[in-house]
Amino acid sequence: MTNHWIDIRNSDCVLVMGSNAASNHPISMKWVMKAKEKGATLISVDPRFTQTSAVADFYTALRSGTDIAFLGGMIKYILDKEKYFKDYVVNYTNAAYILGDKYEFKDGLFAGYDKDKRSYNKDTWAYKKDAKGNPEKDPTLQNPKCVLQAMKAHYARYTPEMVSKVTGTPVEDLLKVYEMYSATGVKDKTGTILYAMGWTQHTVGVQNIRAMSMIQLLCGNMGMAGGGVNALRGESNVQGSTDHALLFHILPGYLKPMLAGQNLEAYLKSGTPTCPDPRSVNWWSNFPKYAVSFLKTFFGDKATKENEYGFAWLPKLDPGQNCSWLNLFDSMYAGKIKGFFAWGMNPACSSANANKVRQGLAKLDWLVNVNVFDNETGSFWKGPGMDPKKIKTEVFMLPAAASVEKEGSISNSGRLAQWRYKAGNPPGDAKPDGDIMLVLMNKIKDLYKKDKAAKFSDPIVNLKWDFADAKGHFDPHMAAKEINGYFLADKTLKDPTGKELQFKKGDLVPSFLYLQNDGTTSSGNWLYCASYTKAGNMMARRKKDDPTGLGLYSEWAWAWPVNRRIIYNRASVDLEGKPWDPKRAVVKWEGGKWVGDVPDGPAPPMGDKEKGKYPFIMKPDGLGSLFGPGLNDGPFPEHYEPLECPVPENAFSKQLINPTTKIFKGDMDKYLTCDPRFPFVGTTYRVTEHWQTGCLTRWQPWLIEAQPQLFVEMSQELAKLRNIKNGEKVKVSTVRGEVTCVAMVTDRFRPFKLGDLTVHEVGLPYCFGWITPKEGGESANLLTPNVGDPNTMIPESKAFMVNVEKA
Amino acid sequence: MDVTRREFLVISGAIGAGLTLSSLGVDLGPAKAFAAGLEKVNQVKSAKQSTTICPYCAVGCGLLCSADAKSGKIINIEGDGDHPINEGALCAKGASLFQMSANNPSRLKKVLYRAPGSDKWQEKSWDWALSEIAKRVKATRDKNFIEKNAKGDTVNRLEAIAHVGSAALDNEELWPLQAMMRALGLVWIEHQARI
Repeated sequence: MTNHWIDIRNSDCVLVMGSNAASNHPISMKWVMKAKEKGATLISVDPRFTQTSAVADFYTALRSGTDIAFLGGMIKYILDKEKYFKDYVVNYTNAAYILGDKYEFKDGLFAGYDKDKRSYNKDTWAYKKDAKGNPEKDPTLQNPKCVLQAMKAHYARYTPEMVSKVTGTPVEDLLKVYEMYSATGVKDKTGTILYAMGWTQHTVGVQNIRAMSMIQLLCGNMGMAGGGVNALRGESNVQGSTDHALLFHILPGYLKPMLAGQNLEAYLKSGTPTCPDPRSVNWWSNFPKYAVSFLKTFFGDKATKENEYGFAWLPKLDPGQNCSWLNLFDSMYAGKIKGFFAWGMNPACSSANANKVRQGLAKLDWLVNVNVFDNETGSFWKGPGMDPKKIKTEVFMLPAAASVEKEGSISNSGRLAQWRYKAGNPPGDAKPDGDIMLVLMNKIKDLYKKDKAAKFSDPIVNLKWDFADAKGHFDPHMAAKEINGYFLADKTLKDPTGKELQFKKGDLVPSFLYLQNDGTTSSGNWLYCASYTKAGNMMARRKKDDPTGLGLYSEWAWAWPVNRRIIYNRASVDLEGKPWDPKRAVVKWEGGKWVGDVPDGPAPPMGDKEKGKYPFIMKPDGLGSLFGPGLNDGPFPEHYEPLECPVPENAFSKQLINPTTKIFKGDMDKYLTCDPRFPFVGTTYRVTEHWQTGCLTRWQPWLIEAQPQLFVEMSQELAKLRNIKNGEKVKVSTVRGEVTCVAMVTDRFRPFKLGDLTVHEVGLPYCFGWITPKEGGESANLLTPNVGDPNTMIPESKAFMVNVEKA
Repeated sequence: MDVTRREFLVISGAIGAGLTLSSLGVDLGPAKAFAAGLEKVNQVKSAKQSTTICPYCAVGCGLLCSADAKSGKIINIEGDGDHPINEGALCAKGASLFQMSANNPSRLKKVLYRAPGSDKWQEKSWDWALSEIAKRVKATRDKNFIEKNAKGDTVNRLEAIAHVGSAALDNEELWPLQAMMRALGLVWIEHQARI
């Protein structure tokens, strides 16, 4: 989230699309309803009438996988009717940039497409540059090659009639949503978007979100209280686990990955963007300070200037090597992965095409499964269709403590890191995860210290592994301080006002402003620098002062970065630093300084011709990207059909599916589109009573009583068509697998009218699995396809083709 | 017949739920309920309270945990009324958090091992299991470590071991966890954010 949960109450228009907040983030609705009490409009757009729809001011449906068509129509509406916030768009976005001569878009393809590689040469999307290397601009926005005009040309095809034919949404409903939402394109109104997996789990997932981000920029909603782009994240600390890079493509704090052939200098250069425009802060120019401080935390005293702070010891990816989830299990299924840690995860149920994962587990030499309860991953060898005698995989099942049985912090969707305390002991031999990894790594270190012939032992023996208290237990405070970072030498530094500050070796670094690139500071994750300082554990704070009245609660816990509650907040003011809307002033420039929320950097507003800076400080050029030349599948979002879809042609172009999607081609990678055997659109979702695959909640009697078994929800019309009655047992199948479940026939799904074509859609919750409860049904992910978004490789679990018949 | 409070509780505690006539031949039902109520009041009064944050979705709702002062066992979990996000309110999952604590008999309590080809679990000690895992990590790593890629560039990575997880861990565990995996050379490092 660029904003935070309580801030939803400051909105004038809340669009919930790609999410069902009321069921899956129930307490978020407290703040949605507060906004409604103050007159805000709540819009719900979803293939199914959900609990969120039930309290919405306006609800309409769209077919799964057609969000870009829907939003592209909104972009066209905003541009045609000039509903955009002009001052904001001209000054704070790249709308005025002039595109280069090579850029074009023709029949579904952008310039630079390579059919064989299924990828683009993105150089063709570059801007026209002036002598200094800055993009040429036309602040009048009239030049036909400027971004705003290119956008207008791109979305000219997205007429309400065309959009309706693709999404199945009635034209009048489209216009109603466009009108309501675009009303926030003025300075004293804000709109917000709440989205979740309904947008990410598509082969066009990133572009779904980009389309909405463009709308937020057009309407001037970024940086504003009650605005922003807000991902409702689904696990309690998925924000923290992303921040700390339990992902192949980043290092903690979103640092660039290290690549083959690089030395430290080349690596630091690769992560340091340049911008010839002095008015851009270009925050990532600080990259070397964060990267070297990270290495100093990693290897401690063993990281020296002479050995490039241990850079050579860390693994390097080949350029273009993609080690993401679907590829991981593809490699496991191919028998190339021998050992596997499933730590607090249940991939046997959570992965798209879960059958392939289960078969992959059977090819391992060993599996370590760490969890609170038994699950389908640890016990895969006795699951349906498995013959234990034939499975050689050794399995270690390690019992972990639950959240209330240990101490530490988690970061919520609003980037708020909150500390929690140990309330009781874990049962039996169960241990906190921290203790498990502490002991395991000590044992591995010992083995490598003893064996002089061991392979490349440097990173293992040199890893700084000081997380144990006096009794030998994992100490979360020690880890929190390492993540924050220390001064490793006495230092005299200046604060942003020029005041001199003295720091001693061993002091905690008070802010990432003071991190150094010369090995004199450490910080495990620069984004968390300032979370644990001389003043104490900021994440444990519980003060509820709210001087702005906007619900920032700046002394409640701690938010990254530097306790900023609304990021890009400098876009909430005009060029002189006056809030666009004084009634919800996140920050304002007063008497030569910023007051309110922690601003995006201390520089004055843009009206100061000498020192003023652009507001989007994390972008190299400081401006919001209406044109986004960095993504793999195009600089503007374009509608493509899901890999499995109910229509033979894409109404918008000759490209049926995303032309950059990677298609797996093994014997378990099956897809069927427009096949009469699988005529209905399928999607997955969650229910309030279960969490993700249900691996924690299916073991709890209160919750399993409320939601005991798998169901498939379908319309009255489809039930009639298939002669299925509510409550009957049915079989749902795709080319990959099948599940048996209870039919839930409701009015919440309605058939979609796509021109002359009628398309039915059904949905299943993915929270069940064979291990418990016994009659609960299987994972809906046995049905979903293992195909991913070309940028993130997040699987397309939200749109695929199924059959439904009586069991 | 004199019955001390302690004896009374022992006797009444021995009576199964639903039984109203005791072995003493008197109806202890109401007295038992009263005594149990008193016990509960005392238990709650002396309980140790601590705050926590919900482990399910990422709204970050606050909860209050109460643990029995004597046994240290969690006896109640409820919404934290002081928390600015949820103001005491919880969804069905959060309101059931008590059932994820040690009170749930289904919790994993032992280290379990499944040998190749076996159809059952064996209980093991932590020391045995972690020593064996460490040995397997080393053997797999030493056999499969990649020092240089096809081009001859130094890569120092290991593609024969993979790791997934976890968005359910604390920040203070996650940083060391990624460090451990990267120190071993892993590049297959993924978790819930990808799916």
